[in-house]
Amino acid sequence: MSENNHLHHHHQNHCSPSPAETMSEDDEPGRPQPPDPGSKKTRNCAAVHPSPHPDRVLEIVLEHVLQFLTARRDRNAASLVCKSWYRTEALTRSHVFIGNCYSVSPSRVTARFPRVRSVAIKGRPRFADFNLMPLNWGAHFGPWVATMGKAYPWLERVYLKRMSLTDRDLCLLGDSFVGFKELELVCCDGFGTGGLAAIASKCSQLRVLDLSDTEVMNDGVDWISCFPEGETCLESLIFDYVECPINFEALESLVARSPALKKLRLNREVSLGQLYRLMVRAPQLTHLGTGAFGPSEAQGASDQEYDYASAFSACKSLVCLSGFREIVPEYLPAIYPVCANLVSLNLSHANINVEQLKPIICQCRKLQVLWVLDSVCDEGLKAVAAACPDLRELRVFPFDPQEDAEGPVSEVGLQAISEGCPKLESILYFCQRMTNAAVIAMSKNCPDLVVFRLCIMGRHQPDYVTREPMDEGFGAIVMNCKKLTRLATSGLMTDRAFAYIGKYGKLVRTLSVAFAGDSDTGLKYVLEGCHNLQKLEIRDSPFGDAALLSGLHHYYNMRFLWMSSCHLSRQGCREVARALPRLVVELLSYEGNEKMDDGAVDVLYMYRSLDGPRNDTSESVTIL
Amino acid sequence: MAFEGDLNLEATELRLGLPGTADHDKSGVTKSNKRGLQQAQSSDHEESNIVSNDENKRDHQESTRPAKAQVVGWPPIRSYRKNCLQPKKAEPESAGVYIKVSMDGVPYLRKIDLKIYKGYPELLKDLEDMFKFKAGEYSEREGYNGSEFVPTYEDKDGDWMLVGDVPWNMFITSCKRLRIMKGSEL
Repeated sequence: MSENNHLHHHHQNHCSPSPAETMSEDDEPGRPQPPDPGSKKTRNCAAVHPSPHPDRVLEIVLEHVLQFLTARRDRNAASLVCKSWYRTEALTRSHVFIGNCYSVSPSRVTARFPRVRSVAIKGRPRFADFNLMPLNWGAHFGPWVATMGKAYPWLERVYLKRMSLTDRDLCLLGDSFVGFKELELVCCDGFGTGGLAAIASKCSQLRVLDLSDTEVMNDGVDWISCFPEGETCLESLIFDYVECPINFEALESLVARSPALKKLRLNREVSLGQLYRLMVRAPQLTHLGTGAFGPSEAQGASDQEYDYASAFSACKSLVCLSGFREIVPEYLPAIYPVCANLVSLNLSHANINVEQLKPIICQCRKLQVLWVLDSVCDEGLKAVAAACPDLRELRVFPFDPQEDAEGPVSEVGLQAISEGCPKLESILYFCQRMTNAAVIAMSKNCPDLVVFRLCIMGRHQPDYVTREPMDEGFGAIVMNCKKLTRLATSGLMTDRAFAYIGKYGKLVRTLSVAFAGDSDTGLKYVLEGCHNLQKLEIRDSPFGDAALLSGLHHYYNMRFLWMSSCHLSRQGCREVARALPRLVVELLSYEGNEKMDDGAVDVLYMYRSLDGPRNDTSESVTIL
Repeated sequence: MAFEGDLNLEATELRLGLPGTADHDKSGVTKSNKRGLQQAQSSDHEESNIVSNDENKRDHQESTRPAKAQVVGWPPIRSYRKNCLQPKKAEPESAGVYIKVSMDGVPYLRKIDLKIYKGYPELLKDLEDMFKFKAGEYSEREGYNGSEFVPTYEDKDGDWMLVGDVPWNMFITSCKRLRIMKGSEL
């Protein structure tokens, strides 16, 4: 495939190609000679020179037009029109999204897209978050940074999810990309404070350092002190789950010299008193994640009680609030001054009850995103329903995430939310008991639902009242919520539920199934019916080889399929691998099981790859 | 059992339990880093985890479920969410003894935990560091010699005592607050 440097130049609205550009390996026959090198022309070069081949004009126009195309699905579609469009699109794509890091090699990406400024790569599948994946499975950033370091010196942004990075990778990143601006690491691991120090010190243009949910090893390096002196460009500094103590004086100084800082999310090592000191230095914040939300008894801590409410008052632009770790609820009223403007509130680490929630939530009229603990009970959810008509996203996490624990929230809370929050688009709800009626009600009251994730924590739990399976409830969701793209099921479910999903879940892209179904038929319904299915993760369900083989027509279109503790055999998986040569079929085994040759499969993880199977596997991985 | 005909038992093994529990320790998926499986979650009762699929179906309408030991990765909550719910301060060790410390001429107080010291020398050294002074030589007869700063404390009876007179263990239980007095006041 030729890299047509003509288009590079035209990309810059400049019509005079340099001599080097005439040496392009263009394989189109009949192309005219390029115009005189060195002559500067305006955009109307077509009128001045002997008219270029019509195809060339089209390419030039296309390039200008494609600059406006940003959505990757649109770009992917454009690239399929013809070779010329493919080339032009490739040259104008500035952001590349890799949904599965093993679906393509880094060099293939850099070869096709030479002018990339921003990269997003996703690695492990989601079930890895719940310890279902063997150690050291893969998803290493190393090969990517090595290749991109040479190909994209002007790279500005890297977003990684569920990847492993080393300190060395981060060093290389800092060294390779001079104008690097944004690093977002979500659910990543493998590096320590040394790596962070490298980023802080090397990336002088850094605007965003976002370590959401990422594990950072405590190597004792004071990374906060490694930011350069003088004013920084920092706009976003997020380290709320980094479990390392930080040098507070250095942090305070950093915040004080970062006038563009809008998003700051602190880890729980930061005390309330320290938060106060930071807030008074950064009243321009729009997103704040507090550290510990209560007085600290640390040795030597000042006895002073600050006027926390005044600090919150001063932050007139605050729209997003989170943190509240180790909360002392008596301090919650400090946030009253900002409630009226809050769009997003994350109280999911705050073990508060309904009486403590009410005075806050009834002031949050504009709230669109709320994360809470089930400690607020059904009554608390009723208060939410009454106070937040604009709610788009709700997540209710369990304080005690065990199967047979007390369940403070139930179908009552879900029903109330569905009645009070008709604009709901996304819900994640952990509970111990549920009824089909409440789920059906939600399907009717909240037609805009895009994401429905219900986790009834007791495995195989039926409808609490009728004792029937939860089939009708989930059926109603896929039937009535026409925009649904993501679904996670739980509770007792028969094949009938999957029949509904296959029949009505035409837009579903992500499906998560656990401890559900009766037989292969269930999975067959899904594989045959859900034409848009991209990510399918199944655990502990009675689906076997026959079901697996019924999806052969679809696997190339998926980002991945995960099946763990189901009824698959090596033989069945081998058949799939044979039928679909470009599918990478990985069998993962848990510790102690590697040598077991009884044919049973612990985990099947498969995905399409353009570059064949990977070569960085550990002992627990077999690629068929 | 009802479903045996459908499932090829020779090729597959009926297993819905904890991965790797069939013959081995349940530590199958334990990770060494913080994201690892909470040991408290793993079951000690391996048999109860190996529940064949058919048992759990509609045959068991009522709540007669098999004893539910915790299953790996269920419910699907990330480990930090479980960790974070334990307050940092709920340490198994006994709570510290925090007392206020004031020094004459200094506008703000400090707070220290007496429990972290093993004896008077350590305490005095820390106070000296904190307030940038030197306490002088202590002797039972003459108190602190060689400095205008004298460490005193208020005891349970409300009396102001010289630091160092009573045995350490008695001191930490009876001391309510510390005051470093400047010699001119004595």
